[in-house]
Amino acid sequence: MAIDTFFQQVVSGLATGGIYASLALALVMIYQATEIVNFAQGEMAMFSTYLAWSMLNAGLPYWAAFFGTLVVAFLGGLLIERVVVRPVEGQPVLTLVIVCIGLLVILNSLAGWIYSYVIQPFPSPFPRTPIRIGKVVFGQHDLGVIVVTLVLLCLLFVFFRYTTLGLAMRAAAQNPGSSRLCGIRVGGMLALGWGLAALVGAVAGMLIAPVIFLEPNMMGGILIYAFAAATLGGITSPFGAVVGGFLVGVIENLAGTYIPFIGTELKLTVALMIIVVVLLVRPSGLFGHAVVRRV
Amino acid sequence: MAAILEVEGLHVAYGATPVLHGVGFTVEARGITTILGANGAGKTTTLRAVSGMVPPVGTVRFDGRRIDGRASEDIARLGIAHVPEGRGTFVGFTVEENLRLGAYVRRDRVAVGHDLERVYAHFPILGARRRQAAGTLSGGEQQMLALARALMLRPRLLLLDEPSLGLAPIVVQEIFRIVRAINERDGVSVLLVEQNATLALGLADRAYLLETGRVVLAGPADEIQRDDAIRRAYLGY
Repeated sequence: MAIDTFFQQVVSGLATGGIYASLALALVMIYQATEIVNFAQGEMAMFSTYLAWSMLNAGLPYWAAFFGTLVVAFLGGLLIERVVVRPVEGQPVLTLVIVCIGLLVILNSLAGWIYSYVIQPFPSPFPRTPIRIGKVVFGQHDLGVIVVTLVLLCLLFVFFRYTTLGLAMRAAAQNPGSSRLCGIRVGGMLALGWGLAALVGAVAGMLIAPVIFLEPNMMGGILIYAFAAATLGGITSPFGAVVGGFLVGVIENLAGTYIPFIGTELKLTVALMIIVVVLLVRPSGLFGHAVVRRV
Repeated sequence: MAAILEVEGLHVAYGATPVLHGVGFTVEARGITTILGANGAGKTTTLRAVSGMVPPVGTVRFDGRRIDGRASEDIARLGIAHVPEGRGTFVGFTVEENLRLGAYVRRDRVAVGHDLERVYAHFPILGARRRQAAGTLSGGEQQMLALARALMLRPRLLLLDEPSLGLAPIVVQEIFRIVRAINERDGVSVLLVEQNATLALGLADRAYLLETGRVVLAGPADEIQRDDAIRRAYLGY
């Protein structure tokens, strides 16, 4: 009996972990390209989810709305880089933080103004009926989320590892000067990075919304988990962010189940604990490398 | 012979500090021009101005067309490959990824594949290390990689910034031999910046001597090399 609970908790931990992994990866992509910690990543995902909701209300089938939202989110990410981020490129880190927080507040208020703060249900594309394997019961949404996030992460891996465009994007992030000498349009690559990060965030938003419901503040807690994931895995390592995401999801769930005083109320504290402990013990994270800066 | 690169009245300043004061020179089509000078004479800045890495004042004509003021990615796309000082390789990337980045702007995938094999024939050590991170290569190997990456662009003009810097003489000779082969076989024009005057004059057909941001001497490389007075006064050997 106890082992069933354990497996159930691990699987649902992996499901939320997939969400954290996606969002953490989006954070790392932007951080690596521009050294910006994008505090607005969660609100961008939330706004995209509202767009999906609008499309669903307009009568579009789920997957049409899903992919339609991805396109719009991608273009929105591009636009945000061009309009909001580009003018402050190379500014001190505090300026960048303020700009991102400003973006967060604007997107949050805009969503509240357009869609109101009333909590809305958001559909899952997966059947409600649970699947029984042996004595263990799995939610189909959980399994679906794990599959979708794994597919997404694999696609991103193939894109960055094996395509010329992905290679150029990584090059532009690592060494802008040499990239220009190769004829790579570095500014365009950074914008593409924001577009892709927004797209990944949109997937995370649409997959978590059926669980936590749709409202303008829905991503606040999720973003903290994503930060915990990115910190745990290492903010300089995309692979680490993904592993960190799944780890945080599982740790959070198991802690909630097996440590009595944590329960559901103190789960978020687990994420903050992870951030603090990692920063104290191993600031570069599990897979990251220390950033050396010559001054 | 027509000039592939003509530079006139080139001024560059870093902030309030002027570095170049009206530099002018030409590179003949299929020729090799060298710019000599001591540390701080403005050699690197001259190359950076040509490839658009610093904004120049003055005229830079490539193949008769003005390119001054254009972005460096656009200048690269016109066929000018710059091997910067310090080599500028992508250290976290494999040798092969570095070479693929060099060919980024080209759309002729088949020819890129052929060129990759050609580069590995020119530089067997790069072929042996194609899956290795560029940061793990020795200094000489990194210089070869930087040169090879520039060639993957199929440039018409190659800008070389101190390719001999910090390398063992035997490696330097190997690199100069390859530059000569590229120039003779593929007709790639070369603008070479060097502190090692003997080597550079042996390779180039035209030479310019830069002193504190001004051209103080210009002429055919072999004449400058033969003139003892010039050698003693400016080149110090």
